[in-house]
Amino acid sequence: MSAAAERELVEELLAGKHRALARVISKVEDREPGYRDIVSALHEHTGHADVIGITGSPGAGKSTLVDKLAAHYRDRGETVGVIAVDPSSPYTGGAVLGDRIRMASNVGDMDVFFRSMSARGTLGGLSTATADAVKALDAFGKDRIIIETVGAGQNEVDIVRTADTVVVLVQPGSGDDVQMLKAGILEIGDLFVVNKADMDGASRTVADLEEMLHMERDPTAKLDTGGFDKPDHPDHPDGEKIGGDTDTEEADEAVWEPMVLETIAKSGEGVVELIETLDAHAQWLDETGRREVKARQRYAAEIRQLLRADAADLIDEELDRRGGVEAMAERVQNRDTDPYTAASDVLGAIEDCVEQQRE
Amino acid sequence: MSADTEQRTIRCLVAKVGLDGHDRGAHVIARAFRDAGFEVIYSGLHRAPEEIVQAAVQEDVDVLGISILSGAHNTLVPKVIEGLKEYDAFEDTLILVGGIIPDDDQETLLSEGVAAVFGPGTPMEDTVEFVRENAPER
Repeated sequence: MSAAAERELVEELLAGKHRALARVISKVEDREPGYRDIVSALHEHTGHADVIGITGSPGAGKSTLVDKLAAHYRDRGETVGVIAVDPSSPYTGGAVLGDRIRMASNVGDMDVFFRSMSARGTLGGLSTATADAVKALDAFGKDRIIIETVGAGQNEVDIVRTADTVVVLVQPGSGDDVQMLKAGILEIGDLFVVNKADMDGASRTVADLEEMLHMERDPTAKLDTGGFDKPDHPDHPDGEKIGGDTDTEEADEAVWEPMVLETIAKSGEGVVELIETLDAHAQWLDETGRREVKARQRYAAEIRQLLRADAADLIDEELDRRGGVEAMAERVQNRDTDPYTAASDVLGAIEDCVEQQRE
Repeated sequence: MSADTEQRTIRCLVAKVGLDGHDRGAHVIARAFRDAGFEVIYSGLHRAPEEIVQAAVQEDVDVLGISILSGAHNTLVPKVIEGLKEYDAFEDTLILVGGIIPDDDQETLLSEGVAAVFGPGTPMEDTVEFVRENAPER
């Protein structure tokens, strides 16, 4: 694709043409040549949208809830973009993306832009693609962008990092309290929603979640019998105590306490409360300056990710030039060399170049 | 593989339009496309033409497969094509129709912009092959 065509596409997107937005996201997904220029051109127009990440196990009701949220935002006159990520087959790369079926409340409303994406199997690639797709929606002028993804694995955690607010959806009866202890579930959520709250065991799940969150917040709660100085929590290096005796107004503001809500997405029960809490979190982000801090961290991570990818490409080229990694492995196997020497041989040339450039 | 390796995948929308609750065929096709390595978006049942257009445009699909067994294809398919044209999406979308379509109507549909009509008994490989060969270059 030529540079002129790219410029035209960007202009069309900024002018509000749906087709152009859809095409840009495709290019981002395909990693098509020239997609970087497009995302670069879009960047200055971004930073206005509020991004919400929703994650949870398959069947927890994410898509149904997203549908209801989108409808509420539309009622308030806000435009909505949704990116729904579904897994793809590790064998064929194919995928069935079925989240769209649940988007029943926003039929024919083009101001809800719903896009299905598949996890195309590249490590790190998906989170980059999602972040870039969010930028496209942001530049297009969407007020709220919702990212929906399955599970709580590494990939998903990377994806939800793109979001300002992370909602973790839990089904009633999804295991005992030990399940909640598993890494990656409690840490990533700003909000926990027990969906299908009319099912048996919902209140138990709420109680389990609340207990675990409480422990997460203050592991020594009720254990502090005095007699020693409580060490500062490592996550709060500026020394503010969470909960307990120093419960000043300021400390309250600086720490967002994750909370547990109940919804029945299908009937829409609890959705208004969820929206209010989401608004409260958005307001908290703005008031405490956390939104800027998060954004900066995100950009730093993005730069790192891109650099790693580019550096890896550079190294791959150098490897190919030296006869490929297979030949090197054989030499290592024959005890002609060892992995460390082989690696530093390849990198040596690159290091020399960098060294020279610096002077 | 780095984050920048080009990874073009054929995207398909499998759509059920109108008052037609027979989705076995659509499911079988969705599955075959998935196994062929395509990304398949399934519309769900009883969709209006506008919904299909909305989905096709937003998802930027290469292939739109419409499954109709209700006999309303002469009404519904042109509406979908009309909508796609409105969003400049008609030119580079491969439109397929599957289901029970009489021979005379097939000709009409093809002249209106449908790329192929697949009736009952079409081998799955034929459909997949047709998509592979005719998916629009972008």
